[in-house]
Amino acid sequence: MTGSASATSIAAMLLLLIAAPIIPGVASRTKAILTGRRGSPVWQLYADLWKLARRGIVRSTTTTWIFQLAPIVLLTTTIVAAALLPLDGRASTLRFAGDAVAFAGLLGLGRFALALAALDTGSSFEGMGASREVTFASLTEPGLFIAFATLGVIAHDFSLSAMLADTVGRGAASAAAVPSLVMVALSVFALALAECSRVPVDDPSTHLELTMIHEVMVLDHSGPDLAMILYAGALKLGVFAAILLNVLVAASAERGWNSGAGAVVALLGGLVGMGVAVGVVESIMARLRQPKVPLYLAGGSALALFGLILVLR
Amino acid sequence: MTSLAELALFLVVLSDFLVLASSRLSACIRVIAFQGILLGALPLLIHRDISAHMVVLAIGTAAIKAGVLPTFLRWAIRESAVRREVEPLIGYMASVILGAMALAIAFAVANVLPLRMVGTDLLVPVALVTVMIGLVVLITRSKAVTQVVGYLMLENGIFLFGLTQSERVPFLVEIGVLLDVFVGVFIMGIVVFHINREFDSISAARLTELHD
Repeated sequence: MTGSASATSIAAMLLLLIAAPIIPGVASRTKAILTGRRGSPVWQLYADLWKLARRGIVRSTTTTWIFQLAPIVLLTTTIVAAALLPLDGRASTLRFAGDAVAFAGLLGLGRFALALAALDTGSSFEGMGASREVTFASLTEPGLFIAFATLGVIAHDFSLSAMLADTVGRGAASAAAVPSLVMVALSVFALALAECSRVPVDDPSTHLELTMIHEVMVLDHSGPDLAMILYAGALKLGVFAAILLNVLVAASAERGWNSGAGAVVALLGGLVGMGVAVGVVESIMARLRQPKVPLYLAGGSALALFGLILVLR
Repeated sequence: MTSLAELALFLVVLSDFLVLASSRLSACIRVIAFQGILLGALPLLIHRDISAHMVVLAIGTAAIKAGVLPTFLRWAIRESAVRREVEPLIGYMASVILGAMALAIAFAVANVLPLRMVGTDLLVPVALVTVMIGLVVLITRSKAVTQVVGYLMLENGIFLFGLTQSERVPFLVEIGVLLDVFVGVFIMGIVVFHINREFDSISAARLTELHD
């Protein structure tokens, strides 16, 4: 770990932690407006979390300590993963060489814990959901790594701060790198929708057991456990929103406007923007048939690969 | 100008991949029509001095590649009442991976080739990748209609490659190429129609059974 965290990075981190639950709210609100409904308020998830946090926990007698531990592991790994990102557009709260691998590993660990908890319940449905979730995740991760590799090649450094923020600060992202940055942004968005169980891959609003992926894994969780899982899901969306924001800023003509004082505003804008984008995607397309999902993920990875080839040539 | 040309070339590559990934014949044809429009616009975007005959040529290219040929293919699909699925010999996933490999090879090879670069240096790799993906489509899709689509992509790649080699494309040569393709597709369309009438199938694997 090098350097101490700056005040703005901590402020941005706090903002992300506080404002993350707004993303699913904005998404469902966008969806409601586009489909001509009034919809639930933007802060619906805050209300849900508050309601769940005050409730008691019911745990099945077949479950063990794994089931109790999973939501905590998921939440902490997601928070640490968020801390690895340069949220203020300059430097991350935690920074070390190769932290991009740690980032992917942390998200993987959280998912692993949740999948274990799902298996721990002994329910066949939950096992099915866990199996689907890890299958799709194993296809998402290579694409994510290709995207990170592309950013790393552009920044000549394989740490998230350098990839996402220093490029911006130094202005090292020359005009030649812009096309591949755009490819990476598209790819990360496509993969984020899979990673966060949103529409083309999974539908958060459906509760039909046969088609659910992420939702089915958390069926047995209740009360504060469920609150932690829901919050971690929103935070994950926020994490990907922050990555996308930084990549897009690096690709835009005006560089560095999201660093320092403007960072907090830019991040909030990024979170709301992510919510709107997710909502628009959910309104204009249906969930893909499950055999089609690997193709969608391969397409997303191919975009990142195209970006990588463009910077390597 | 150059950045617009590069954007058009990216879209060409993306449309290549869309053809590989889409499972509907009509979607493939729509994508190939879009590629035709891009190809018509590209000479104008790449070359600085725009003359009247280049504009005519661009409009002609776009009209044939994006208008006449797709309409003809749609007509062939409708007339032969073929199932609207692509039915590839290998999976879509494998097709996309093959396409990604083609992309990597094209960019690796393009740097080595001793070519004079005109306009943007993206042109050669994009031409190569379009040719290769066209070949993949030709090889891995069993239907005659999709073979025509693959053939068209192959021709699009050759067209792109032609752009790299000359500052000003000779008018007659271009018209000749366009006519060639048009006639080729026309004949293939008629063949498709006949195969369907004779054998109730337009699988290219059964072309070997075709006699006088």
